[in-house]
Amino acid sequence: MMDATQIMIEQRVAEQHRHHSKGQFLWVWAALLVMTGIEVFLAYQNMELIRMLSILMGLSIIKAALIIGYFMHMKFEISPMKWVTMSSLVFCLAMMLVFLPDAFRILHLGVR
Amino acid sequence: MSDVAVQHEAAGVYEPSLFGTYSKKIGMWLFLLSDSLTFGALLYAYTYGRVSTPNWPTPFHSESIRNATLMTAFLLTSSLTMVFAVRSAVQGNAKAQRLWLFATMACGIGFVVLHGREWSNLIAEGLTLPVFPTPPGETGSAEFVNVVNTVPQFAATFFGLTGMHMLHVTLGVVYLGVIALRRTFIPVLLGLWLVAWLATPSYSPFHYGAHVLLVAAIVISIILWLKPKIYDASDVEVAGLYWHFVDLVWMFIFPLVYLMSTRIIS
Repeated sequence: MMDATQIMIEQRVAEQHRHHSKGQFLWVWAALLVMTGIEVFLAYQNMELIRMLSILMGLSIIKAALIIGYFMHMKFEISPMKWVTMSSLVFCLAMMLVFLPDAFRILHLGVR
Repeated sequence: MSDVAVQHEAAGVYEPSLFGTYSKKIGMWLFLLSDSLTFGALLYAYTYGRVSTPNWPTPFHSESIRNATLMTAFLLTSSLTMVFAVRSAVQGNAKAQRLWLFATMACGIGFVVLHGREWSNLIAEGLTLPVFPTPPGETGSAEFVNVVNTVPQFAATFFGLTGMHMLHVTLGVVYLGVIALRRTFIPVLLGLWLVAWLATPSYSPFHYGAHVLLVAAIVISIILWLKPKIYDASDVEVAGLYWHFVDLVWMFIFPLVYLMSTRIIS
């Protein structure tokens, strides 16, 4: 059985959800579809690889922010929740970047 | 003693939650953070392979790109229907909640079916893994056979990454099915397993992959037998977090794997 504190918090969170209009979510969905369309258009533009990667990843990060912020409700959470979850995620993913320079080393060595 | 201590009836006797939300939601966020590292590692492995391989293939013709774009639209739409399911749940509208959950599941199934078709086409054309059985009578196209022989890490990272995501979507559909139908979903799931198992040829990876549904049905039966409950709005919201995460991950897989490997014919 859940304790009363948990039930109280759940009711407060549910109350927050009641104030979000359907229109807001429809706008986010439309924006995500439009950005997907832009990405597909860019894929056929024969751009330089790094430039294309930068633009596509930029758009993906904006799309991710919209999904986390609105669909996953993070925009409406309190600051500690936002900061602890998002900063730890970004830090851990950034730490993985440490391996990437090794890929360039292999490329420059000319290993086939 | 500790059991007595946590069963306190009065509200507000504990310190307020640091994160301002309930435990189930925090638990799901922690799981999603750890799962994002799994996908992060797979995406970095793919990027590493791509950067370090000068002759990385760009095998996705317009048919594959159209298919993947449609899959993306399915997932984005499923996120919208999931949001509406959560809204209906907090408004206490059980019928609408169930219908929106069904709509979300339908989009998820559509995604898996399209993805399965994509995989089957690629395997038939020769892009395969040593663990996949060879389709009888298929020699594959020279282009894909060449890719497998010269850059084997392409097929390995492609199937590894997209397969992991497909597994997540499948389990997401199962999760939503349990939230929507509870025990009634178990025979439905067993039916889906039988259809997926019997309708796929024995050389298809999906013939064996279908057993995921059987394992899921067994696990769900045990969970619902040990802890039967009626799922409330908070459970729908927590399930929604998982579903949106699956959508979120695809927003990185789609451009990195498909769009960056588009075959442009000028």
